[in-house]
Amino acid sequence: MTAEHALRLLLIEDEPGDSRLMQLALKKNGFDNELHIVGDGVEAMRFLQREGERFRHAIRPDLILLDIKMPGQSGLEFLQDIKRQPALRSIPAIVITTSMLEADVQAAYRLGAAGYILKPNDLTDFIQAIARMGHYWFKLVRLPKNAND
Amino acid sequence: MNVTQPFTILLVEDEAADAHLVKAALREHRVLADLQRVADGREAMDFLSHKGERFADAPRPDLILLDLNMPRMDGREFLATVKANAIFRDIPVVVLTTSEAERDVIAAYNLGAAGYVSKPLDVKQFMDSIRQLGDYWITLVRLPGHDRKYP
Repeated sequence: MTAEHALRLLLIEDEPGDSRLMQLALKKNGFDNELHIVGDGVEAMRFLQREGERFRHAIRPDLILLDIKMPGQSGLEFLQDIKRQPALRSIPAIVITTSMLEADVQAAYRLGAAGYILKPNDLTDFIQAIARMGHYWFKLVRLPKNAND
Repeated sequence: MNVTQPFTILLVEDEAADAHLVKAALREHRVLADLQRVADGREAMDFLSHKGERFADAPRPDLILLDLNMPRMDGREFLATVKANAIFRDIPVVVLTTSEAERDVIAAYNLGAAGYVSKPLDVKQFMDSIRQLGDYWITLVRLPGHDRKYP
Protein backbone atom coordinates (compact mmCIF):
# COMPACT_ATOMS: atom_id res chain seq x y z
CA MET A 1 0.00 0.00 0.00
CA THR A 2 1.27 3.46 -0.81
CA ALA A 3 0.68 6.16 1.74
CA GLU A 4 -1.25 9.18 0.52
CA HIS A 5 1.20 11.51 2.18
CA ALA A 6 4.82 11.28 3.14
CA LEU A 7 5.16 9.53 6.47
CA ARG A 8 6.45 11.52 9.41
CA LEU A 9 9.52 10.14 11.08
CA LEU A 10 10.89 11.00 14.47
CA LEU A 11 14.62 10.29 14.63
CA ILE A 12 16.25 10.13 18.03
CA GLU A 13 19.92 10.60 17.43
CA ASP A 14 22.53 12.51 19.39
CA GLU A 15 25.17 12.64 16.65
CA PRO A 16 24.44 15.47 14.18
CA GLY A 17 26.58 13.66 11.61
CA ASP A 18 24.41 10.57 11.84
CA SER A 19 21.24 12.66 11.55
CA ARG A 20 22.56 14.23 8.36
CA LEU A 21 23.40 10.78 7.08
CA MET A 22 19.82 9.69 7.62
CA GLN A 23 18.56 12.75 5.79
CA LEU A 24 20.88 11.95 2.92
CA ALA A 25 19.91 8.27 2.80
CA LEU A 26 16.19 9.09 2.70
CA LYS A 27 16.75 11.60 -0.08
CA LYS A 28 19.00 9.30 -2.12
CA ASN A 29 16.28 6.66 -2.01
CA GLY A 30 13.63 9.13 -3.12
CA PHE A 31 11.72 8.90 0.16
CA ASP A 32 10.19 12.32 0.78
CA ASN A 33 9.49 11.77 4.45
CA GLU A 34 9.16 14.51 6.97
CA LEU A 35 12.09 13.95 9.29
CA HIS A 36 11.99 15.38 12.81
CA ILE A 37 15.12 15.04 14.89
CA VAL A 38 15.59 15.10 18.66
CA GLY A 39 18.78 14.42 20.54
CA ASP A 40 17.76 11.93 23.22
CA GLY A 41 14.94 9.99 24.82
CA VAL A 42 13.95 12.77 27.22
CA GLU A 43 13.59 15.24 24.37
CA ALA A 44 11.73 12.62 22.33
CA MET A 45 9.22 12.15 25.14
CA ARG A 46 8.66 15.92 25.32
CA PHE A 47 8.16 15.94 21.57
CA LEU A 48 5.61 13.11 21.75
CA GLN A 49 3.79 14.74 24.69
CA ARG A 50 4.01 18.22 23.12
CA GLU A 51 5.61 19.56 26.27
CA GLY A 52 6.99 23.08 26.50
CA GLU A 53 7.09 25.92 24.04
CA ARG A 54 9.43 24.18 21.62
CA PHE A 55 7.23 21.16 21.09
CA ARG A 56 3.80 22.76 21.50
CA HIS A 57 3.03 22.16 17.85
CA ALA A 58 4.92 18.91 17.48
CA ILE A 59 3.30 16.39 15.15
CA ARG A 60 2.52 12.80 15.94
CA PRO A 61 5.09 10.68 14.09
CA ASP A 62 4.08 7.63 12.08
CA LEU A 63 7.33 5.90 12.89
CA ILE A 64 10.12 6.31 15.42
CA LEU A 65 13.76 5.60 14.56
CA LEU A 66 16.07 5.41 17.53
CA ASP A 67 19.63 4.70 18.42
CA ILE A 68 19.93 2.80 21.68
CA LYS A 69 23.25 4.31 22.62
CA MET A 70 22.40 7.81 23.70
CA PRO A 71 23.46 10.14 26.48
CA GLY A 72 21.24 10.32 29.55
CA GLN A 73 18.26 8.03 29.39
CA SER A 74 19.07 5.01 27.29
CA GLY A 75 17.18 4.20 24.13
CA LEU A 76 15.93 0.98 25.68
CA GLU A 77 14.38 2.89 28.60
CA PHE A 78 12.70 5.23 26.16
CA LEU A 79 11.40 2.26 24.18
CA GLN A 80 9.95 0.78 27.34
CA ASP A 81 8.34 4.12 28.25
CA ILE A 82 6.55 4.63 24.94
CA LYS A 83 5.39 1.02 24.75
CA ARG A 84 3.80 1.44 28.20
CA GLN A 85 1.81 4.48 27.17
CA PRO A 86 -1.56 3.64 25.64
CA ALA A 87 -1.54 6.79 23.50
CA LEU A 88 1.91 6.13 22.05
CA ARG A 89 2.37 2.39 21.95
CA SER A 90 0.89 1.92 18.49
CA ILE A 91 3.75 3.89 16.89
CA PRO A 92 6.32 1.38 15.60
CA ALA A 93 9.83 2.06 16.90
CA ILE A 94 12.82 0.79 14.96
CA VAL A 95 16.26 0.55 16.50
CA ILE A 96 19.15 1.69 14.30
CA THR A 97 22.42 1.27 16.10
CA THR A 98 26.04 0.21 16.01
CA SER A 99 25.58 -2.04 19.04
CA MET A 100 26.05 -5.66 18.04
CA LEU A 101 25.41 -7.02 21.52
CA GLU A 102 22.98 -9.92 21.53
CA ALA A 103 21.68 -8.65 24.88
CA ASP A 104 20.67 -5.35 23.22
CA VAL A 105 18.98 -7.18 20.35
CA GLN A 106 16.96 -9.32 22.71
CA ALA A 107 16.08 -6.45 25.02
CA ALA A 108 14.95 -4.29 22.10
CA TYR A 109 12.52 -6.92 20.77
CA ARG A 110 11.33 -7.80 24.24
CA LEU A 111 10.50 -4.14 24.83
CA GLY A 112 8.58 -3.94 21.58
CA ALA A 113 11.00 -2.82 18.86
CA ALA A 114 9.70 -3.32 15.33
CA GLY A 115 13.15 -4.12 13.97
CA TYR A 116 16.82 -3.88 14.89
CA ILE A 117 19.04 -2.53 12.16
CA LEU A 118 22.81 -2.53 12.47
CA LYS A 119 24.16 0.75 11.21
CA PRO A 120 26.61 -0.05 8.44
CA ASN A 121 29.83 1.97 8.38
CA ASP A 122 29.90 2.20 4.64
CA LEU A 123 27.72 4.96 3.14
CA THR A 124 26.48 2.85 0.23
CA ASP A 125 25.51 0.06 2.61
CA PHE A 126 23.75 2.55 4.86
CA ILE A 127 21.73 3.95 1.96
CA GLN A 128 20.85 0.39 0.91
CA ALA A 129 19.74 -0.47 4.47
CA ILE A 130 17.46 2.59 4.55
CA ALA A 131 16.08 1.56 1.15
CA ARG A 132 15.08 -1.85 2.53
CA MET A 133 13.66 -0.30 5.69
CA GLY A 134 11.71 2.25 3.64
CA HIS A 135 10.29 -0.28 1.21
CA TYR A 136 8.89 -2.22 4.14
CA TRP A 137 7.63 0.59 6.37
CA PHE A 138 6.80 3.34 3.86
CA LYS A 139 5.45 1.24 0.99
CA LEU A 140 4.43 -2.23 2.06
CA VAL A 141 3.11 -1.96 5.56
CA ARG A 142 -0.11 -0.26 6.57
CA LEU A 143 0.23 2.04 9.57
CA PRO A 144 -2.53 3.45 11.79
CA LYS A 145 -4.22 6.55 10.45
CA ASN A 146 -2.57 9.62 11.85
CA ALA A 147 -4.67 12.26 13.58
CA ASN A 148 -2.52 14.94 11.90
CA ASP A 149 -4.15 14.17 8.57
CA MET B 1 25.20 -12.51 2.88
CA ASN B 2 26.42 -15.05 5.33
CA VAL B 3 23.61 -16.78 7.11
CA THR B 4 24.95 -18.99 9.84
CA GLN B 5 21.66 -20.45 11.01
CA PRO B 6 18.53 -21.08 9.02
CA PHE B 7 15.60 -18.80 9.77
CA THR B 8 12.27 -20.25 10.73
CA ILE B 9 9.06 -18.46 9.84
CA LEU B 10 5.85 -19.60 11.45
CA LEU B 11 2.84 -18.88 9.28
CA VAL B 12 -0.47 -18.87 11.14
CA GLU B 13 -2.98 -19.19 8.34
CA ASP B 14 -6.15 -21.24 7.87
CA GLU B 15 -6.23 -20.85 4.07
CA ALA B 16 -4.08 -23.54 2.45
CA ALA B 17 -3.93 -21.59 -0.83
CA ASP B 18 -2.44 -18.54 0.88
CA ALA B 19 0.09 -20.72 2.65
CA HIS B 20 1.18 -22.17 -0.71
CA LEU B 21 1.63 -18.68 -2.11
CA VAL B 22 3.81 -17.61 0.79
CA LYS B 23 5.95 -20.71 0.38
CA ALA B 24 6.26 -20.20 -3.36
CA ALA B 25 7.19 -16.54 -2.90
CA LEU B 26 9.91 -17.33 -0.39
CA ARG B 27 11.35 -19.97 -2.71
CA GLU B 28 11.15 -17.83 -5.83
CA HIS B 29 12.87 -14.91 -4.16
CA ARG B 30 15.43 -17.17 -2.51
CA VAL B 31 14.56 -16.04 0.98
CA LEU B 32 16.51 -18.53 3.06
CA ALA B 33 13.91 -19.51 5.57
CA ASP B 34 12.15 -22.63 6.65
CA LEU B 35 8.40 -22.07 6.55
CA GLN B 36 6.25 -23.86 9.10
CA ARG B 37 2.50 -23.53 8.99
CA VAL B 38 -0.27 -23.95 11.51
CA ALA B 39 -3.96 -23.31 10.92
CA ASP B 40 -5.01 -21.11 13.83
CA GLY B 41 -3.95 -19.36 17.00
CA ARG B 42 -4.43 -22.33 19.24
CA GLU B 43 -2.26 -24.53 17.04
CA ALA B 44 0.32 -21.75 16.94
CA MET B 45 0.44 -21.67 20.76
CA ASP B 46 0.89 -25.47 20.76
CA PHE B 47 3.70 -25.07 18.22
CA LEU B 48 5.48 -22.45 20.36
CA SER B 49 5.14 -24.45 23.55
CA HIS B 50 5.96 -27.85 21.94
CA LYS B 51 2.64 -29.23 23.01
CA GLY B 52 1.75 -32.74 21.89
CA GLU B 53 3.43 -35.30 19.64
CA ARG B 54 3.12 -33.19 16.50
CA PHE B 55 5.02 -30.21 17.89
CA ALA B 56 7.49 -32.01 20.15
CA ASP B 57 10.42 -30.97 17.92
CA ALA B 58 9.02 -27.67 16.69
CA PRO B 59 11.77 -25.07 16.22
CA ARG B 60 11.51 -21.65 17.81
CA PRO B 61 10.36 -19.31 15.03
CA ASP B 62 12.35 -16.15 14.26
CA LEU B 63 9.32 -14.45 12.79
CA ILE B 64 5.59 -15.06 12.91
CA LEU B 65 3.27 -14.17 10.02
CA LEU B 66 -0.25 -13.97 11.33
CA ASP B 67 -3.63 -13.98 9.67
CA LEU B 68 -6.31 -12.21 11.72
CA ASN B 69 -9.51 -14.03 10.88
CA MET B 70 -9.25 -17.68 11.78
CA PRO B 71 -11.45 -20.22 13.53
CA ARG B 72 -10.77 -21.10 17.18
CA MET B 73 -8.16 -18.67 18.52
CA ASP B 74 -8.07 -15.73 16.11
CA GLY B 75 -5.09 -13.52 15.29
CA ARG B 76 -5.86 -10.78 17.80
CA GLU B 77 -6.14 -13.17 20.70
CA PHE B 78 -2.99 -15.01 19.64
CA LEU B 79 -1.06 -11.74 19.32
CA ALA B 80 -2.16 -10.63 22.77
CA THR B 81 -1.18 -14.00 24.23
CA VAL B 82 2.28 -14.08 22.62
CA LYS B 83 3.11 -10.50 23.60
CA ALA B 84 2.05 -11.15 27.21
CA ASN B 85 4.36 -14.17 27.38
CA ALA B 86 7.86 -13.45 28.71
CA ILE B 87 9.42 -16.26 26.65
CA PHE B 88 7.80 -15.54 23.28
CA ARG B 89 7.31 -11.79 23.33
CA ASP B 90 10.59 -11.03 21.58
CA ILE B 91 9.51 -12.86 18.43
CA PRO B 92 8.32 -10.25 15.91
CA VAL B 93 4.79 -10.83 14.68
CA VAL B 94 3.68 -9.40 11.34
CA VAL B 95 -0.02 -9.37 10.54
CA LEU B 96 -0.83 -10.60 7.02
CA THR B 97 -4.53 -10.21 6.35
CA THR B 98 -7.30 -9.30 3.94
CA SER B 99 -8.93 -7.12 6.59
CA GLU B 100 -8.86 -3.45 5.63
CA ALA B 101 -10.62 -2.27 8.80
CA GLU B 102 -8.81 0.61 10.50
CA ARG B 103 -9.74 -0.74 13.93
CA ASP B 104 -7.86 -3.97 13.08
CA VAL B 105 -4.78 -1.94 12.12
CA ILE B 106 -4.79 0.04 15.38
CA ALA B 107 -5.53 -3.03 17.49
CA ALA B 108 -2.68 -4.95 15.85
CA TYR B 109 -0.11 -2.24 16.63
CA ASN B 110 -1.48 -1.68 20.11
CA LEU B 111 -1.05 -5.39 20.75
CA GLY B 112 2.56 -5.24 19.57
CA ALA B 113 2.50 -6.19 15.88
CA ALA B 114 5.67 -5.35 13.96
CA GLY B 115 3.83 -4.56 10.76
CA TYR B 116 0.40 -4.89 9.15
CA VAL B 117 0.45 -6.12 5.59
CA SER B 118 -2.71 -6.24 3.49
CA LYS B 119 -2.85 -9.41 1.39
CA PRO B 120 -3.05 -8.30 -2.22
CA LEU B 121 -5.59 -10.24 -4.31
CA ASP B 122 -3.25 -10.28 -7.29
CA VAL B 123 -0.85 -13.24 -7.11
CA LYS B 124 2.12 -11.34 -8.47
CA GLN B 125 1.60 -8.53 -5.97
CA PHE B 126 1.17 -11.05 -3.20
CA MET B 127 4.50 -12.67 -4.07
CA ASP B 128 6.15 -9.26 -4.21
CA SER B 129 4.81 -8.35 -0.76
CA ILE B 130 6.35 -11.51 0.65
CA ARG B 131 9.65 -10.68 -1.05
CA GLN B 132 9.71 -7.21 0.58
CA LEU B 133 8.76 -8.71 3.90
CA GLY B 134 11.66 -11.17 3.63
CA ASP B 135 13.95 -8.40 2.48
CA TYR B 136 13.32 -6.51 5.69
CA TRP B 137 13.06 -9.27 8.29
CA ILE B 138 15.45 -11.88 6.94
CA THR B 139 18.01 -9.86 5.00
CA LEU B 140 18.13 -6.50 6.79
CA VAL B 141 17.25 -6.62 10.44
CA ARG B 142 19.04 -8.52 13.10
CA LEU B 143 16.83 -10.96 14.96
CA PRO B 144 17.44 -12.48 18.39
CA GLY B 145 19.70 -15.52 18.29
CA HIS B 146 21.18 -14.70 14.89
CA ASP B 147 24.64 -13.36 15.39
CA ARG B 148 25.37 -11.77 12.07
CA LYS B 149 26.31 -8.45 10.63
CA TYR B 150 24.44 -6.24 8.21
CA PRO B 151 24.23 -7.50 4.65
